[in-house]
Formats: sequence, C-alpha cells, structure tokens
Amino acid sequence: MTQALVEMPLEPAGVPRGRAMVERATWAARTFATYDIDSVRRIAHAAAIAGENHAREFAELAVQETGYGVVEHKVLKNVACSVGIWNTYESHDYVTPTILSGDKIVEVPRPAGVIFALTPSTNPVATVYFKIMLALLTRNTIIISPHPFAKGVCTSAAYAMRDAAVAEGAPDGVIQVVEQPSIPLINALMTDERVDVIVATGGAPMVRAAYRSGNPAFGVGPSNVPVFVEKSADLAAAAQSIVASKSFDNSILCTSESVLIVEDSILTSFTKELTKAGACLLSTEQVEVVRDLIFPAGNFDTAWVGKSAAEIAAACDLKVPKGTLILVAPIDLIVPEEPLAHEKLCPVLAMVTVSSAARGIDAARAVLRNSGRGHSAAIHSQDARVTMDYASALPVLRVAVNVGNSLGSAGIQTALAPSMTIGTGFFGRSSLGENLQPKHFINQTLIAYNSNQSVLMPDFTDLNSWSVPEGSVPAYPIASNLEGAPVIPQPSNPVEFSGTDDLREEIRRLVIDELRQIIKG
Amino acid sequence: MLPYPPTLIFLNQALSPCGLGVFRGDIVRLSVLPRASPTDFRPILAKWSANWYGATMPEQASVEVPYDYGVFSFASKAEVLDKAKAYWNPGKTQFWIDSGVPLVIDRREEYFIYDMSGKRLIDTHLNGGTYNLGHRNPEVVQAITTAMQHFDIGNHHFPALARTALAEALVSSAPAGLTKVIYGSGGGEAIDIAIKTARHATQKRKVVSITKAYHGHTGLAVGTGDERFSKLFLSDNPEDFPNVPFNDLEAMENVLRNRDVAAVIMETIPATFGFPLPAPGYLRKVKELCERHDALYIADEVQTGLMRTGELWAISKEGISPDIMVSGKGLSGGLYPIACVVVAEHAAGWLTQDGFGHISTFGGAELGCVAAIKTLEICSRPETRSMVHYLSDFIGQGLRRIQADYPDWLIGIRQNGLVIGLEFNDPQGAKFVMRHLYENGVWAIFSTLDPRVLQYKPGLLLKPEIAEELLDRTEVSICRAWAEVRSLRGPR
Ligand SMILES: Cc1ncc(COP(=O)(O)O)c(C=O)c1O
Repeated sequence: MTQALVEMPLEPAGVPRGRAMVERATWAARTFATYDIDSVRRIAHAAAIAGENHAREFAELAVQETGYGVVEHKVLKNVACSVGIWNTYESHDYVTPTILSGDKIVEVPRPAGVIFALTPSTNPVATVYFKIMLALLTRNTIIISPHPFAKGVCTSAAYAMRDAAVAEGAPDGVIQVVEQPSIPLINALMTDERVDVIVATGGAPMVRAAYRSGNPAFGVGPSNVPVFVEKSADLAAAAQSIVASKSFDNSILCTSESVLIVEDSILTSFTKELTKAGACLLSTEQVEVVRDLIFPAGNFDTAWVGKSAAEIAAACDLKVPKGTLILVAPIDLIVPEEPLAHEKLCPVLAMVTVSSAARGIDAARAVLRNSGRGHSAAIHSQDARVTMDYASALPVLRVAVNVGNSLGSAGIQTALAPSMTIGTGFFGRSSLGENLQPKHFINQTLIAYNSNQSVLMPDFTDLNSWSVPEGSVPAYPIASNLEGAPVIPQPSNPVEFSGTDDLREEIRRLVIDELRQIIKG
Repeated sequence: MLPYPPTLIFLNQALSPCGLGVFRGDIVRLSVLPRASPTDFRPILAKWSANWYGATMPEQASVEVPYDYGVFSFASKAEVLDKAKAYWNPGKTQFWIDSGVPLVIDRREEYFIYDMSGKRLIDTHLNGGTYNLGHRNPEVVQAITTAMQHFDIGNHHFPALARTALAEALVSSAPAGLTKVIYGSGGGEAIDIAIKTARHATQKRKVVSITKAYHGHTGLAVGTGDERFSKLFLSDNPEDFPNVPFNDLEAMENVLRNRDVAAVIMETIPATFGFPLPAPGYLRKVKELCERHDALYIADEVQTGLMRTGELWAISKEGISPDIMVSGKGLSGGLYPIACVVVAEHAAGWLTQDGFGHISTFGGAELGCVAAIKTLEICSRPETRSMVHYLSDFIGQGLRRIQADYPDWLIGIRQNGLVIGLEFNDPQGAKFVMRHLYENGVWAIFSTLDPRVLQYKPGLLLKPEIAEELLDRTEVSICRAWAEVRSLRGPR
C-alpha cells in the first residue's frame, strides 16, 4: 500500500459520519416520542418476531465470528432477548399517562430520546436484541456500537430488527449501528451532547469512559460470582444447577458462577453430586496446569473466553471423562494473588471449603473484594436465616437462590427483570442498581395539582397527546403540487389584525422611505 | 497596521473578578487577535459585565472595537458602507440600505450569519444553496485546509489529480447516461459550457429557455434570461434565445417544431422566478419533445441539486436523464468557487475533437475539486438524505400551520423538499416579509423575477431546535408583514 501523499489530520475515521447518525437519531426520536401505545406495541412485536426468526442464524454467526460460546445456548438467549422480552413486557405500558387520582398527579411517560448502546463480544446478538427491544418499548431511538470482534453479526442483527420495526411504522433512523467502531469514534459519540443516555455493557475502562462522558449513563461493573452451597442445600439439585449454569454458553455470561464455596460437612457427598452432574474435579497438580494455561503470568488469557471444558482440558493434556461440562479447581485461599479467585469467562470453577455458614459468608465477601461488587451472588440453601445473612452481608444487589446464577440473576429463571445488563449500583460504581429494564429509559412528566382539597383535578381518563404515525416517517418529500401532497389546512378562525403604536411608527417610517424613493427615482 | 498583541487585553482595567471594573460611559478598548472578529468579544463582554455587576450594573459600558481582519480593517460599519458605495457597487449597496436590510456579513458559522453590528441571522437564503451544508462547514474546511498543504489551483491544461477524482465521483452520482465532466469556475460559466457543448453536438444555434429563466449572467447564459439583464449590456439576442412560458407544452412544441433548436435549458424548479413548480409530468414531456425534435435537454441543477429536494439531483425525481446537467453553487460547500457540467457521451464529442475547445484557468481548480469531493460525499450520505426528509416534513408542516392563520396573506406554499417558495398576496409581498424576517433574525430573499414570492431554503443539516426557532421567527415576521401591508392598503 502506498502512503498517502497528503497527511490528513482529519477527525478519526468515521467521526463525522457518526455525528450525522446522532443527528438523524435526534430527528427520529422527536417523532417516535409522540407515538401511541398501539403503534409502539406493533413495532416492538414485529422487531421481536424478526429477532426470533433469525435467532439460530445469528447464534451460528456469532460463534463463527467471535469463537466464543455454544450455538444452542446462544439460540436460547437470542429468543429470550427478543420474544422473551416481548412476552415479559407486552402488557406493560411505557407510553400512556397514568392517573394517580388520590394524589392528584398524572404521570406522562417521556422517552430519553437517543440511546447510545455499547454491546459486548461475549453476548453479542442477545445484548443487541435486548437493548433494541427496550428502546422500542419505550419509544427511544438507539445507536448500537458493537464490540469490534462481533461487529458483523451485531450489525446484521440490529438491521433485522430495524427493518421489521420500520416496516411497522417506526421512524427512519430509529435503530442505527456503528458499523466500523473505533475508540475515537466511540469517544466522540459518548461525549456528543445530543446523546441522551449511554448504556455500556462491556469492559471496565469502557464503562468508566461512559460515566466520564458528561452524559447520563448506565454502565455496569464486572462480576465475580460466589456461589455458596450450604449444608441445608438439596445437594443433587444444587450440583445440577451449578454445572448447567457454569457451562451455559461456555460460561461467558457475566452472571456465570466463578467461585464455589462448600461447607466441609457436606463436601464429600456434594462433590459426588458434582461429578454426577458433569463436573470434573481437578487434582492439585491439574489445578496448577489449568491455572498456568488460563492465567499465564497471573493475567487471564482472553483466548480462553467462551471455550469449552473439553478444549481447555485438551490444551492442558488432561484426561477428563467424556461429557465433562466444567472443570472444578479446588484452591486454598481466596486472596487477591490467587488468579483462580478472579473472574474467569470459561467453564473453570474455583472451589474452596469452609467450616461454617459464617465462614462461607466471609469467603464470599473475599471473592467480591477481588472484583464483582454490586453484581450477583448465588446460594443453595433451605435456611432462610443463612440466606438472609448472606444477602445482607455481601455487597451485591441480587442473590439467586437454589437456581443457576447465569440465568437466575439474568432474570430468565427467576422473577427478576430479564436482562443482559446487570446493574451494579452504588457498590459497583453504577447509577443502575436493578437489572436494566424498559422503565430505565423513560422519565415521567408529572402533572401535579394543588393538594388543597378545594382544588379539584379534572378527569384525565383516556387523555393523551400521542398519535398514530401516518405512512412512512418522515414522509417522502414529494412536490407540493403533486397528488398525494399534504393538504393545506383551512383556517379555523382567521386572525384579526389590531395595530399597535410601534407598528404605526414603523409604518410611518416605511411610508416616508417610500416617498423618498419616489422623489429620488 | 498596528501590531496587535496576541491576547485580549482590557486596557483600562484588570480582568480580576473583584477588580474595580468598568462603569457606564467608560470606553473599553479591546485589542484582539488579528484574525478574530470583534463580534467574538461581545458575548464575553456581556458575560463579563453580568458576572461582575449583576443587577446593579446600570448599563453595559460602551465598547469601541476596531473591526480588524488581519489584512484589512475598518473603524465602523458606516465606513464599510461608504467605501462600498465609493469603490464597489453603489447601486447594490444603496438598494439594501433602502430595503431595510443594511447587512454587512461579518462572522458566519453553521446556518448563522452575523451582521457587523453583531446581529445574528438564520440564513435561509444560503445564496441559492451555496451554503447547503452551512457556512464554513468544518468537514469541508478541513478537507481544503489539508489539501492546501499539497494542492493549489493546478494547471488547467493537464490531466489533474483532484479534477479526475471529482469527475469520477460526479459521474457515478449523476443520473444514468452522463459520462463526462467539464469544469467552470461559476454557474454562469458552466451554463455557457453547456450551451456551447449542445451547439457543438447538434450543430445548431438556438437555445430555448422559459420566460423569467435565470441561468446566470455570463455571455451566453445571460441571453437565456430576463431582458432586464441582457438589454442593459446590449446582449439581448432573442433570435438565438427564444423564450416560452413555463408549464406551457404547446408553446414548447411550437418553438421546437422547426428542428432548429440546439437545446432546451431548464431549471428543474425555476429559482429566481420564485420556485413555480413544474406541472406534473411537464419536464418529462419537455424531454420527450426534445428527443422528438432533435434538441438536447440541459438540466440546470445549480439550485436544485445536491440533495435539496431529498434526492441528490432533483431531476431524477422527475424521472429524467438529461443530456447535459449543470451544477454549481453548493458544489464546494461555499468555500471555493467551482461549477461543473456533466455531459452524456453523445453530446461530449468536442472533448475528443478539440479538448482545448473551452479553456478556463480557474475552471476545475483543484482545491475546489477537493472541496467538491467532500461536499458530494456529505450530501450523498444516507444520514443527510434522511435528515433532509425529516426537515422538509417538519418545515412543510410548520409553514402550513402558519398559512392556516394567514390564508389571505400567505397564499401559496411551493415546496419540493427544501426548495420552498412562499407566495404572498401582494405584488411586492416578499419584500415586506423579507424586511420583517431580517428584523426578526432571519435572512431570506425575495425572488428577483417575482417579488411576490419569498425564497425560503433552510439548510440541509439544520438542527431540529434551530428549525423550530426559524418557524417561530417566520410566523412573527409573516404576521407583522401582513399587518403592515394591510395598514398601507388602508381600510377596505
Ligand atoms: C439556477 C441557476 N443557474 C445558474 C446560476 C449562475 O450561477 P453563478 O452566479 O455562479 O454564475 C444561478 C445563480 O443564481 C442559478 O440560480
């Protein structure tokens, strides 16, 4: 390649184009914010169906493009994040005003406007689907910036939903994708004043950058999920849940278990159950080999993200039973210098034993000191007291009980809000404490009446200012003398002219001007 | 010229926020960066006085600012106006003063122009689309600035880098069938080239245009237009440049029937005539008549091109592939003069027969080509197209709402995308509205050849909030102009 003769000190590639996308989104957002609930439902439903129709295709493409995860599991997530989200929120309404007659308050939902969403390589399509669904349900426009590793499939996924949404009347520009993401471009978009909210799901530096941008942001911190198996637990069920959860999509969900904490008294019987469920318990020597493989020089090697237990075992020359789903690596202590006590986005589960429930809680706190504050923890227990103490002592915002954490804390196997973005709250330096859900993308304009009893609030029932979009939005600019051009409205009551002194003075001046012209001319 | 210190200095007081400050009647002298415009300092001053004196500051201190622009300076706006009359164009200068638009454009950015007084105007004249992308569009500025490290105007005799690159970009964006590009330095020259090209290709002399056409004021172009501008210079030549009424197919057919016409030249929407819209199918029929009678069709897209109507070239919305197409004005983002003619192969013969047939030192200047490549790229973006559609819709709706309030005054809205003509119920109606718009911070110009109609051309990249502001100001101005006209007419 020849070097360019002229050095172009231009803005980094794509930035002007990116800014144009934001402006287009701004126009779209203005219109979308006036849609009525039926139109919104039609649009969101259409997008969900499109997402589901492509769930397998994009699951395959995602594994191909990133090399992470398991197709079957990705199909499941893609379905959960398209029609699953639709089913969850189909009867919810983020559009129509709500009347609180007792308080004499009416809440009018108002969308954020332009959402700038960063999506990770680990859950590429599911996160894209998820954020788009939330945006559509709340009448927001969204610009997706996919992780560069997964940009191909993410772009296709977003466009599949976009085409379906626009075909149902969503405004042009409602869903856009940064097709060639780069750090300078992302920075430019994050700091663009026209972006109304940033949702950053991904690495810590990116999340911090989102918060530094000066724009409202939802960023969530990293995880490092402790799972405590307490003596009252149903051991067989616990083992099955943990193995299934840890192996789900080869452990690349942020909700995937990281460190297993087991009470001494049940260790033998529990490990038996673990093995039965598909775990392979590593010997001390084997743990060392695995540690050296996935944490060379103490740092996690991202080459192992989303790889299967079999692949990791093979790379270590370990003989593991056929059908092994996860590798369980017993470690001595949960301390910062123990690499295996940190987050591992692959099906290797560290394990420590503790003498009591109290020591179990301490161990779980130690896990979270490494990372994962505000995220999630799991416990398998029949004991409400222990569960309460565990939840109250850990700096996390959700504790999944007697369920795999991967899908439990993500709200797919619990009643938590189904989510690909797990708010880590104040513990985890985030403004979002819950699982990200539609309500986070709207504000409410509150109509508040004088609370004095003598002041009455009129009836607001069925009142709203939203409307059904007509035709394509925006309308194609056809010439105003052609058929189909907009009809010119007739005046309802013609405005009557009434002069003012200023005006008379002005007119006098004009008349003089004109006289002067005539004399001159 | 005085050497100017590199920083802003308040000569009589320190800048300390707890200093003594300036009092009413004090003269504050500002020394400014050579290239800074004095208006840059007004907001600083305003803030400064607000911060220091709050509500107790009775009046802002009077400010004496030299209008210093580095290579030249003026003491006042009055001086500029006087000297403009003395050394430049007394007629034009006086015309604007008399019209109540004593504008001397100083600072300019985005869709704002600032009078020397500091008055801000939203520009919806845009010099007929020259500033489609805003004044000093940063992307275009950057492209030219960078290019200046390597390029200049270039040598017009040789094949050239930027000229070739732009030609390729133009051909690939132009309506089907147009294959060669010829450059001029302005729209008029490009029209002349188009006419010369058509004459060469057909070996005929006559060029038909519509009554009240406007294709520029150069040698041949001026002949196609209103006599006002050709007679003045004894350049009227009705023999060679017959006119026919717009939207009159019969007249068109009559003039073409003798088969002695080289070309029909058509603005896709006649701008200076107030944007009367071509009747449905009119232009297509004209093109058919041209084909039938061996004349070429020249599309003048100088004002209507470059995404103005929501498509890159308005002529393609009419479903026509012209034989020759002319672009200018906005082609280089209002930063470097350049215009072009895009020609179908069957009309481009002279380029092979005698490539030196049309020589223009500045035509296709390479810096202009660089600006045009960037401009064309911005105009062609899907985002730009989408925004133009949104804006057309929004402005159109807003104008129809205004019309609903003043149906007897704003009697017509002629709109195709962001090409908009507002027709008022008075022979000079647009001049009244223009004046009130000016007073209310909007610059839009009446149509020279039909002063009932105001040309209203919002920028392609106008932000939604400025579009709202523009409509607000427009409504007020239309209302006031109507009041003025009614009172001048007296009670009925
Ligand atoms: C439609 C049209 N064609 C041609 C021209 C001539 O362009 P220029 O003034 O650059 O010579 C103009 C200028 O107003 C125009 O409006």
